[in-house]
Amino acid sequence: MDVFFRDPFGWVSRTWNDLLTGLGLSSELATLLLQLVGAVVLTGIVLTLSGVFLTWLDRKLSARIQDRLGPNRVGPYGLLQSVADAIKLVTKEDITPDGADKVVYNLAPLLAIMSVAGLWAVVPFAPQLIGTDLNVGLLYLVSIGSIGTLSIIMAGWASNNKYALLGAFRTVAQLVSYEVPMVLALIIPTMLAGSMGMGDIVARQRDVWFIVLAPLAGLVFFISSLAEVGRTPFDLMEAESEIVAGFNIEYSGMKFGMFYVAEFLHAFTISALTATIFLGGWQGPGAAAFPLLGLVYFLIKTATVYFILTLIRFTLPRIRIDQMNDLNWKFLTPLALAAVIVTAVADKAALEVGWSRTGALLAANGAVLLVTVLLLGRHARSLRRRLEARVVRATGS
Amino acid sequence: MTVVQIIFVITAIVTFLAAIMVVASPNLIHAALWLVLTLAGVAVLFLLLEAAFLAVVQVAIYIGAIAILVIFAVMLTRQVSTGLASQVNRTWWLAAPAAVILFAGLIVLFSQVAGFQAVAEPLVKEPATLVVDLGRALVDAQGYVLPFEVASVLLLAAMIGAIVIALPPAPTVEEKGA
Repeated sequence: MDVFFRDPFGWVSRTWNDLLTGLGLSSELATLLLQLVGAVVLTGIVLTLSGVFLTWLDRKLSARIQDRLGPNRVGPYGLLQSVADAIKLVTKEDITPDGADKVVYNLAPLLAIMSVAGLWAVVPFAPQLIGTDLNVGLLYLVSIGSIGTLSIIMAGWASNNKYALLGAFRTVAQLVSYEVPMVLALIIPTMLAGSMGMGDIVARQRDVWFIVLAPLAGLVFFISSLAEVGRTPFDLMEAESEIVAGFNIEYSGMKFGMFYVAEFLHAFTISALTATIFLGGWQGPGAAAFPLLGLVYFLIKTATVYFILTLIRFTLPRIRIDQMNDLNWKFLTPLALAAVIVTAVADKAALEVGWSRTGALLAANGAVLLVTVLLLGRHARSLRRRLEARVVRATGS
Repeated sequence: MTVVQIIFVITAIVTFLAAIMVVASPNLIHAALWLVLTLAGVAVLFLLLEAAFLAVVQVAIYIGAIAILVIFAVMLTRQVSTGLASQVNRTWWLAAPAAVILFAGLIVLFSQVAGFQAVAEPLVKEPATLVVDLGRALVDAQGYVLPFEVASVLLLAAMIGAIVIALPPAPTVEEKGA
């Protein structure tokens, strides 16, 4: 039993291999089958978790924030409410609008789920428990995420609906532009870890988490991935009060359910990614010796980030489309660029001169933050002055 | 046949058919989506060559940026979904043999390159060092630093150009006076 706790995932794979080779299969085929089963189990667990538990959590949290009770009729604490909803979605009529492009219309929700589930292939849950430790893990995240954009534009176009198309336009404008600061922010953990592989990035955070070494990168990554998910305050693409529901307006039944689940799963995924890249992933006391403990740490960190994400979602109002663009191009992108340069210089300088790496990077980040705050303050003052001048002119005439 | 060969054959067929559909599809949006499939097929081919970096970049840039821009541009043109326009013009009978001859010529040329029929040897290096090598080659004076920098300047110029185009027009004299 000690072997199981020391190396649970190796134990599972060895037992599986022994079992199948005992049945007369070749070792190669057994490994392939193990990987297939692993992928199915992983996506199954994650999908069920996000579809059933996260929707419940979301409703319950939002209810508490808004001084309501939330679901409390079906099952204990309303836990089975999402199951009831899922059954309702499955039994609903599946409508394809007149003039829709059928193949593209039906393909879009599949791609939406696929693009999110694909991200889990490179997330390290625990030591050794990682789908595949690609050496270009971070770039893989970016590229798979872009398929999600494609699914939304397909849905918006194929629905043959003007609101859906408007939603798709807004989505592309938002997702494509927020990819820029996200990629820039991801350069910093790559520099600090010296690798793009997710396994390496977690391994290099054994002593210090990257959120300490690169707080600005963490912040920029978090904000821009919030925008990538398209949740409040960045939910311009499905703003109910403006364009009804955006790209998924025509979808009904389980196809809508797939978009819905994809959104929840995406939110959970970026929590997991933030936890992995900046909060040390499965690192924690005793995690290296007992991998299952690492899984627990990982889930706790992910849940914490998800909680913050939900708090933000139900606290902030939706931003306007010009504010969305301003925030990205005039704030996040320059900030991320400055952070990349300053981090590179500070990291190298600390190495050459022999300062403490943590201290040098913290000071560099602090300097960038100070300059940013000063600039923002100046901008705010000039805005206020212009506004006051306009008011004076309007009342004076 | 090994598993890799089977995957290669399937990918090659899918990529080829998708590439044909890009030019054969009467609906422009469909053509763009077939293009996405073609590009994805090329990404899989890169993966089969153990060039994970190129595969991932292929998806990120070609599918994530270029294909989406193409779809966007198509959407902004009028009458995209009618599909009534003819796929060929009057000179198709000249273009078809020209394309075939060009393709055959390329095949003949490539077949004379040394190593055309050589079987690819498996990579001996660690995958992680491949990315490091690529990165070093891009900034190494002995490597590709000049093309890399020239491309950067080109992109910078394009970006500044885009900003200049997007600038609001300068106020005219009357507007200034008002």
